[in-house]
Amino acid sequence: MLVNKKRKKVTEIYTSSMADIAFLLLIFFLVTTTIDMDKGINLTLPEKGGEQVKIKKGNIANLLVNEAGQVLLDDEPIDMSQIQNAIQEKIKDKGFDKDGKPILVVSIKTARDTDYDTYIQVLDNVKMAGATKISIAEPEQ
Amino acid sequence: MKFTKKQQVSANIPTSSMPDIIFMLIIFFMVTTVFKEFRGLPILTPAARSTEKVEAKRNIAYLWTDKNNRISIDDKIVTVNAVSGLVGEKYAANRRLIISLKIDKEVKMGMVSDIQEQLREAYALRVNYSTRFK
Repeated sequence: MLVNKKRKKVTEIYTSSMADIAFLLLIFFLVTTTIDMDKGINLTLPEKGGEQVKIKKGNIANLLVNEAGQVLLDDEPIDMSQIQNAIQEKIKDKGFDKDGKPILVVSIKTARDTDYDTYIQVLDNVKMAGATKISIAEPEQ
Repeated sequence: MKFTKKQQVSANIPTSSMPDIIFMLIIFFMVTTVFKEFRGLPILTPAARSTEKVEAKRNIAYLWTDKNNRISIDDKIVTVNAVSGLVGEKYAANRRLIISLKIDKEVKMGMVSDIQEQLREAYALRVNYSTRFK
C-alpha cells in the first residue's frame, strides 16, 4: 500500500487578476486626487501716487463698515443681506457706459478694527451685484 | 563521429511579465509620491460666493497672515514693513505677479490695509483675496 503519496503544494500567486487590481487602483486614485487650485476674489490695487480720477459724486455709492460689522450705504444703515440688491438697483439707475460696464463706482471704507471676514462679505456682495469699479478706501484711524 | 551539433542559443528576453513590472512600478510611485504641500500658516479663509479660480499658477506668490497678525512669505515670518522689499524682489523677477493674500478671517482691517499699502509700494497691484466657495 502506498502511503507516502506526495502532496504537491501549489505555491503560486495568481497574477491573472493583477491587471484588474492595478486598474482599479489607478481609477481610484484618478477619481480621488484633487489638485489644489488657487481661488479667491481678484482685485487690482490703485497705483501709489497715481493720478486721482475725479468722479461725479452722484456716481459713487459709499459703503461704510464699522468695527461691529454694521454697514452704512450712503449714510443709511443697511443689512448685509440687502447690499447686493441695493447695489444692483443703483447700478441699474446709473446705467452703463459704452463698454457695457456699470458707471457706478462703489467705495468701500472700513474701520481699522473691522474684521477681514466682514470686509470680504461686503466685497463679495458688491461683486455679486455686478459692480466692476470698486474703490477700497483706507480705513479710518 | 560527428561533433557538429549546432548549439542554438536562444537569446530572448521574456516580455510576458513586463506589464506586471510596469504596474508594480506605477503602484510604487503612486504610493510614494508626495505632492508639495502648502506650508504657510494655519489660517481659515473667509467664504465668498464670488470666488473665482486663478489660472496663472506660476505667477502667484503667497502672503499668509494668521489671526495673531504674523505674516509669512516663503515660509519665513516677516514684519509688515519688510513686505514691500520682499514682494518688490518678486515683482522685479515677474511683472505679471499676482499676490495671493491668505488672510485669516479674524484679522483686523488695519492690518490688511497696512499690507496693501506695502504691496502698492512694491507695485504689486494684482491681488487675490484667498477665499473658499460658499
